[in-house]
Amino acid sequence: MIEFGRVGHRYGERTVLDDVTLTLAEPRVALVGANGSGKSTLARTVNGLVAPSSGTVRVDGRDPVRDGAAVRRRVGFVFSDPDSQIVMPTAGEDVAFSLRRTVRDRAERARLAAATLADFGLGDHVEHPAHQLSGGQKQLLALAAVLVLDPDVLVCDEPTTLLDLRNKRAFAERLAGLRQQVLLATHDLDLLDGFDRVVVLDGGRVVADDEPGPAVAYYRALCS
Amino acid sequence: MTPLGLYEPGTSPLHRAPPGASLLAVVALAAGSVLTDDPRVLGGLCALVAAGWVVARIPWRRVWPVLRMLVALAVLLGAVQWWLIGPERTLVVVLRLVSALGAATLFTLTTRVDDLVGAVERGLGPLRRFGVDPAQLGLLVGLTMQSIGTLSGIAGQVRAAAKARGADRSPTAFAVPFLVRTLRHADALGEALAARGWGDEDDDR
Repeated sequence: MIEFGRVGHRYGERTVLDDVTLTLAEPRVALVGANGSGKSTLARTVNGLVAPSSGTVRVDGRDPVRDGAAVRRRVGFVFSDPDSQIVMPTAGEDVAFSLRRTVRDRAERARLAAATLADFGLGDHVEHPAHQLSGGQKQLLALAAVLVLDPDVLVCDEPTTLLDLRNKRAFAERLAGLRQQVLLATHDLDLLDGFDRVVVLDGGRVVADDEPGPAVAYYRALCS
Repeated sequence: MTPLGLYEPGTSPLHRAPPGASLLAVVALAAGSVLTDDPRVLGGLCALVAAGWVVARIPWRRVWPVLRMLVALAVLLGAVQWWLIGPERTLVVVLRLVSALGAATLFTLTTRVDDLVGAVERGLGPLRRFGVDPAQLGLLVGLTMQSIGTLSGIAGQVRAAAKARGADRSPTAFAVPFLVRTLRHADALGEALAARGWGDEDDDR
């Protein structure tokens, strides 16, 4: 369960989150909003990438800032640009990098990485330079590198921004099949099929919090 | 694609060699090339490196960009050195450069970065008592290798964008966006490392 208690955040003089209070227990929750609405900043507070200026964040009762290591073991994070998330030269090495703390044996790490990539349809790319993969393959690799650790919560920040329609669908299907609680920050409304709850942010505040139908209708009206 | 080496899968003796030993061999070769001024010895080192490429069975599609880069560098550097220090010294400098770059590239083509990182971590393990963190240095090696591809990609995109705007001859049109995107990439990479728990090991200890 993710809890935000009166969370506020400022970048200099600019307020990006203002008094956000939410308790997210549903398996699929989306944060929707226009550019600059605060959804990415709110998502980043979940694993301590952003320490809120005020208020509290708890993930299963733990504080992501004070207890960052423990929270990050439970929370996987997928960014919009996989090129920034991939830290090793080849696909196999990047997935293996995620396992460095949990699997000490290198050969076992490599085997697990190869098996995970195969599960994501990237079995032929284990040895390939990661930066040469297509955009869709890179985003799947980024997802595989996070899910290989089997976190309890997956936070995705605009994960389909750089994907074409086919890859976007493939990514959405992959998300739909996960056992993890998913918190998705997006302005791509096509991704919300099957979501339990949609929180709409505007100017750093929660302006709607409902099932996808009414929340999306509110967001559309807000943008029109 | 960058001509500089990134791992090329294979089963040759060089691929199977322990990464620590391979790294030491490259360092020894580079050091040896600096210690001698004899063009015959340096020519021999170049021949040795070339033989390594043959033994490693590196495919031509990977050899050609490296060869092109080495020839271009040799011609450019050779012309400047010839003008500055004369033909005999130029031959020494060029052979030295070719042997060292050829060996380093061969090393990266035949060694998985993950294995190299492991070798660095193991090799530096004894220095832990002096405050050296082998894991951090190992990651530094991995990130450096990864950055070759990423920065090469950014440079290609920036060049294409400058060309599209008719500014392909402007150094500023390349340098400014390249610097901005590189710094932005560095920021995002740091954030990604934090998200993937890098540095949390300290909390675990």
